[in-house]
Amino acid sequence: MTAVGTNVKRKDGIGKATGRTKYADDIVFPGMIYGRTIRTTIPCGRITSVRMDFDPAGFTVCDHRDIPAGGKNTVALLVDDQPCLVQADVRHVAEPVVLLAHADREKLLAANVVIDYARLTPVFDPMSSTQMLKEFTIEKGNLKRGFDGAEVIVEGTYRTGHQEHVYIETNGVIAVPEKGGIAVYGSIQCPFYVEKALKVLLGPGRYVRVVQTETGGGFGGKEEYPSMLACHATLLALKANRPVKIIYDRVEDMLATTKRHPSIVRHRTGLKKDGRITAMEIEVVIDGGAYVTLSPVVLSRGGIHAAGPYRCNNTRIHARAMFTNTPPNGAFRGFGAPQTQFAMEVHMERIAEVLGVDPVKLRERNALRPGDTTATGQVLKDDCSALQVLKEAVKRSTYRRKVAKYKGTNRGIGVALFYHGSGFTGSGELKLGSKAAVELTQRGVRLLVSSTEIGQGTRTMHAQIVADAMGISYEDVEVAPIDTSIVPDSGPTVASRTCMVVGKILQRACEELKAKLGGVSPGEYFAKNGPLRVEKQHVPPEWITWDEDLYRGDAYATYAWGCNVAEVEYDSDTFEVRPIRITAVCDIGKAIHPAMATGQIEGGTGQGVGFALIEQVVMKNGAMANSQLTNYTIPTTLDTPEMDIVIMENPFPEGPFGAKGLGELPIDGPAPALVNAIRSLGLDVREVPATPELILAAAGSRQAAERHSDEMTYGAPLAVAASL
Amino acid sequence: MRTAIAPLELRRPKSIGDALKMLRDDQELVPIAGCTDLYVAVNFGTLVGSRFLDLWSLEPLRKISATDVTLTIGAMATFTDIIKSRHVRKHLPMLVEAARQIGGPQIQNRGTIGGNIANASPAGDSLPVLSAADAMIVLRSASAERRVKFTEFYTGYRKSVRRPDELVVAVEIPRQNGTQWFRKVGTRAAQAISKIVMAAVRDPAGPRIALGSVAATTVRVPKTEAALARGASMEAAARVLESEITPIDDVRSTADYRRTVSANLLRRFWADTSRPSP
Amino acid sequence: MKLTLNGAEVDVEAHPMKRLLDVLREELQLTGTKEACGEGECGACTVLVDGAPVCSCLIPFAQVEDARITTIEGLGEDHPLQHAFMDEVGAQCGICTPGMILSAIVLGDKPSLAQIKEGLAGNLCRCTGYEAIYRAIQKATYGRPPATRRRSLGVRRAGDK
Repeated sequence: MTAVGTNVKRKDGIGKATGRTKYADDIVFPGMIYGRTIRTTIPCGRITSVRMDFDPAGFTVCDHRDIPAGGKNTVALLVDDQPCLVQADVRHVAEPVVLLAHADREKLLAANVVIDYARLTPVFDPMSSTQMLKEFTIEKGNLKRGFDGAEVIVEGTYRTGHQEHVYIETNGVIAVPEKGGIAVYGSIQCPFYVEKALKVLLGPGRYVRVVQTETGGGFGGKEEYPSMLACHATLLALKANRPVKIIYDRVEDMLATTKRHPSIVRHRTGLKKDGRITAMEIEVVIDGGAYVTLSPVVLSRGGIHAAGPYRCNNTRIHARAMFTNTPPNGAFRGFGAPQTQFAMEVHMERIAEVLGVDPVKLRERNALRPGDTTATGQVLKDDCSALQVLKEAVKRSTYRRKVAKYKGTNRGIGVALFYHGSGFTGSGELKLGSKAAVELTQRGVRLLVSSTEIGQGTRTMHAQIVADAMGISYEDVEVAPIDTSIVPDSGPTVASRTCMVVGKILQRACEELKAKLGGVSPGEYFAKNGPLRVEKQHVPPEWITWDEDLYRGDAYATYAWGCNVAEVEYDSDTFEVRPIRITAVCDIGKAIHPAMATGQIEGGTGQGVGFALIEQVVMKNGAMANSQLTNYTIPTTLDTPEMDIVIMENPFPEGPFGAKGLGELPIDGPAPALVNAIRSLGLDVREVPATPELILAAAGSRQAAERHSDEMTYGAPLAVAASL
Repeated sequence: MRTAIAPLELRRPKSIGDALKMLRDDQELVPIAGCTDLYVAVNFGTLVGSRFLDLWSLEPLRKISATDVTLTIGAMATFTDIIKSRHVRKHLPMLVEAARQIGGPQIQNRGTIGGNIANASPAGDSLPVLSAADAMIVLRSASAERRVKFTEFYTGYRKSVRRPDELVVAVEIPRQNGTQWFRKVGTRAAQAISKIVMAAVRDPAGPRIALGSVAATTVRVPKTEAALARGASMEAAARVLESEITPIDDVRSTADYRRTVSANLLRRFWADTSRPSP
Repeated sequence: MKLTLNGAEVDVEAHPMKRLLDVLREELQLTGTKEACGEGECGACTVLVDGAPVCSCLIPFAQVEDARITTIEGLGEDHPLQHAFMDEVGAQCGICTPGMILSAIVLGDKPSLAQIKEGLAGNLCRCTGYEAIYRAIQKATYGRPPATRRRSLGVRRAGDK
């Protein structure tokens, strides 16, 4: 009886459903006090004075001067540009300046800190910013020749806004002085990122241990931000010599922490009249906010995915990330690909409209096939499934029947075809050199990884792989607690790599461990010989070549493939769009746990629905003006459509049991599929969120277009709504 | 949670009489009911007031009753009570519809109609219903009781004629003639603050129409009602409507959207209620 | 102040205006009820008061005098909804799960899908897209998992039709 491919009981037990499972804010330590962060209130300038306007009795106060002598005032990530605590230079609203701690939360809340500033002029628009964070260009073939061979050229600009994660559990950590250094417990996706950041903050030779507590959602929002929070709690804890808990309330979390990068993507595409693409010129701009954080990598993934799952011999993608005086943006499921594939898929829809070609046939004609090369020149192999997912989604949703049925009604239907590179981009996995270990226990095997369970099923899925690789019962596999003093660094829990990359390392470690057992069961061997541990490091497939400077070669070891068909109902009184159904077909190589995999697709689709229709970050003076759940609305049960999920398995030979990456793929499709469904109603929408207010504008310009053209066709799109 | 709780005081009267005496003697007492709005202010640290008067357990204020001519709803009736009440379902179905769209089940179980009235938000979802129904608000103090027409209750943004020593104890709604109509346009399908909310009655004697979230208070639109009553075209009536409301841009929506959609909802109300009722 | 908590009569001392959520989590050390927004929007703090689901972040402690309160801990560890939520993967990260289960309990026996959706409209989940939550409730209340006719699994390789 194998574990892989079956819906085994999750390793989480029943605690989440009984209230026994403890999250960060449920945990107390003896002598624990509470921390609070005092933040800037202007977007750009210099601090001229800081005054503590409260009775200091019982308070611990930290500012930039409290960073230890051997350490650095920075939250280490890719580039050490972001300060842990602002000294003078203010680059965004809600930058941390002073930290307070006190045992009494009401006194803590009442403390008044007065900060004076000399203001400078902020920049909020990435298109008018002159501060470049990163740029690169991907070139393939000869763009001029490609356009010379085109019979039609279609241009368009597409926009996506910020998106806030709204993990239901907000960010929070507890820092506890330990062994002259610090142990940090918290809601964390990447404990070794936090460990590294603390070591840089405190200086060499300091004891640091990081433990992940049960985490109530991450979605990338707890990839890098917890390092900042851990640094803050640590400074207070070391100064007070007491455990310090900092839990953000929802307002602070939404105001101060990272969000999805807004994007502006411009397409210029050359085509033959029958829809074959001859040239693609793409300009990608993303808004990085005030510090680098992970923007270079978001830009990389977004840029690489910008040409979509399509073949084109002549392609240029120019991508840049710009600084603005807003809170830094960061990782959010999809990591650039939802933004650029939104643009690609809505652009494809417009191309279909201009050419008068069926949108599905247009995609079929241009979809990547095994043997084709991507924009970076990667040759795709048999694990490429673009056509299969497209065909299955069209069939499953009865797309053509619905198109006919909905014509002339207030219902619309739209398609999006998409893909998602699994694992870190380019040479990222090689550089990470992730490790995983397995060791014998009295009855079976314990697996040791730093990959975190954040709801997606990490513990369970890894245990399934280990069980089958060892040939033992799933019940006899344990998962080590996520504690950086116990587990090896398996790399971050991001980038759709936890199954495909880390699972594979575990599989190889098991194969070696099993061989060492020589046919004897783990329990027997352990009883006779004592403990045995095998640790292995990730070895990227040897055929991978990647040029970091030219962005050429094998960007990812493999891709997962998806196709969404979305159906909507439109209310012309209120301009509201109600999503009725989304059919999602996803090739993920292998569903290790089919129910959990389905859950990832459904959850990612739900987040995509919010991104497409109702999640809008309203920025005023460089800060989120609607930082309350009342005003930043994510989908409720009544906002979420029926979902029909089909999992396909076209295996990646080098993945564990054929598995590819899964976590992010599902969020790449819903936004363009929904907007394409809206477009099928004759509404020229080119950005998300496609709020009723935005659709009102599109409906207005449709009426204007109708009045000015003799026939209602999609044939004049270059002239219509160019300003969108 | 950004409010210091320790300094707050709560008075817990055992009867309405008690409550009114407490209010007479300390007019800075803030009456509280289901707290679905008050405790949001507690959370954000925007609470006004430090002494509170708890009305929640005053059971007689929860009563819903009906005669041939009047439906009486006690101030402490929750929206769940209203949804379940056979009296309200029979006499004022548009209020049931409004109650079903307030928040979600948890909010409906605690929010009260008295709280909705006294809180005086321009976005209160039950308020256009009471306005269009020509309801009367019953105010009581330790010394007297009076009735105020709903349409004369509000005097400005979050301001009403309620005196500091008075409580809203009930709302009385006359028997309605004609089809009742309600529509809320929120920021999403549930748990939403309204961007526009409209209630209307197609009374043969003349339509009554009220809107929320398009002005500083809930508004009746008498000029629009008069235009429709005298047979003006929908286009003309829509233009009159746009002149009677003063929507704004805010974090949830725009003035332009509110103006456009209000006119559309007016048309929809008229078209929906032009069919003969069963 | 006296109240009935998970079936047992208790006498608890706390400030009358303290949020019921905080009294549960601090004075009573029942941390199964979660705070995720403080504004009554997310439902993670849902408890039953006299059988009705309410947001405990919006209730002053004084108002539950003599009331019957049920928190997630009051369901024990063997309730069909608890098992169904875990078995059907209605819980991914689990932080919304206690509130979700308490809202689901009042739906009673064999609720329709529309009733489930309306009944849970005040409980936000960010992980599941809600579908598995519906499956879990249907399994617990109908005694069997719902038909899975709309899901399929297959191996397609390049060249497959």
